[in-house]
Amino acid sequence: MQQEVVLAMLAKEPSHGYQLRARLRQALGPLGEAMNDGQVYVTLTRLEKAGLATSEQSAGLPDRPDRKVYALTAAGQQRVAAWLAEVSWPRPDLAEFHLKLIAAAAAGLADPLSIVDAQRRELLRRLRDAQRAALAEPDGSAAGLLLEGIVLRLQADLHWLEACERNWTPRLTSRKEHR
Amino acid sequence: MNETGAPVLRARGLRKQYGKGEGLVRAVDDVDLEVASGETVAVTGPSGCGKSTLLHLLGGLDRPTAGELWLTGQRLDRLGERALARLRRDKVGFVFQAFHLMDELTAAENVELPALLAGRSARWSRQRARALLEQVGLADRAGFLPSALSGGQRQRVAIARALVSDPQLVLADEPTGNLDSQATIEVLRLLESLHAAGQTVVIVTHDSRIAATADRMISMRDGSFVDETRLTGGSTGSLGTLAGLNGLTE
Repeated sequence: MQQEVVLAMLAKEPSHGYQLRARLRQALGPLGEAMNDGQVYVTLTRLEKAGLATSEQSAGLPDRPDRKVYALTAAGQQRVAAWLAEVSWPRPDLAEFHLKLIAAAAAGLADPLSIVDAQRRELLRRLRDAQRAALAEPDGSAAGLLLEGIVLRLQADLHWLEACERNWTPRLTSRKEHR
Repeated sequence: MNETGAPVLRARGLRKQYGKGEGLVRAVDDVDLEVASGETVAVTGPSGCGKSTLLHLLGGLDRPTAGELWLTGQRLDRLGERALARLRRDKVGFVFQAFHLMDELTAAENVELPALLAGRSARWSRQRARALLEQVGLADRAGFLPSALSGGQRQRVAIARALVSDPQLVLADEPTGNLDSQATIEVLRLLESLHAAGQTVVIVTHDSRIAATADRMISMRDGSFVDETRLTGGSTGSLGTLAGLNGLTE
């Protein structure tokens, strides 16, 4: 699990570890069932050591780690903002991108559609490069076949971005009306 | 990119609305657009976002509710029907998803037809059609009826027809919407060659492959432009990484 994912889930509000776990489970559905529960706590401890998160014991239950409330530090907030703006491909991590959109919307840190747009810009530039190279190959060239594979993968990712766009658009229609 | 000087196409505050009151729909809502000479611009978006309506407005096939539109410096939105028809015929080439070829005419006759209607001589039109069919790689199919051609070949004939009056602007609406992947590649190659020859093109599409042939891609939602991507200039370069070649190319 990307450390930034856990960090971004904290951006909404200071939270207990079990609350973060529940948010991840909800976002990931059946894929989240395979998640190791301890992983969230390990990650939180690392984030705290790195100065990206702080924790406070909840009053009344001093010794239970689960009763710690975690929050972002200023450095943590900066890291989350940088992660949201980062465009990563071809790292085939759909879950990371999916969680990025969810965290951005939940914390109100960024418009999910602008994240989708940024990713699409990047993929389209790569698609253009790959396609130009593919079209320049003669029919039946071996290199052309490899380039075609790259084109098709980029297209598949762009299709998924369209689905992300559709999914996040209706929730934001109120924004447009307020304009 | 080979854009120079004044824009071929310019739209300001372009709007198209249907219905009234509660049922009012703004299919195109306050669109500003400039297309430079030699530029290829793709407009993409989900179906119903207004991109086809926009293309019809840009080509004078439909009239805007509000806004201003210029083609090579001439204002379109105030032209009378007859002048508008003449301008469409002389300055704009259209390419449609469903080809819109005349079934009972040969490929060459389909390409010639707009030139003849524009008052060109039969001889001029025939020579021009032959040259264009050559350009789109269909010289040997000139005498075929559309029904004897593949989808990709039909669309290439339609593109040749769109070019017959040497238009300032080519407008294409989902040009590969009805084509399989091999035919799509034929059309992609042709679009690239038009671009290399300096033709100004606006394409409306939801096919990312087509959009990727453009210099600029504009995303449209709910009738408005919401994002723009410049695809040329500064290659992202790392095709090797995309193919998983990291270890080999370092």
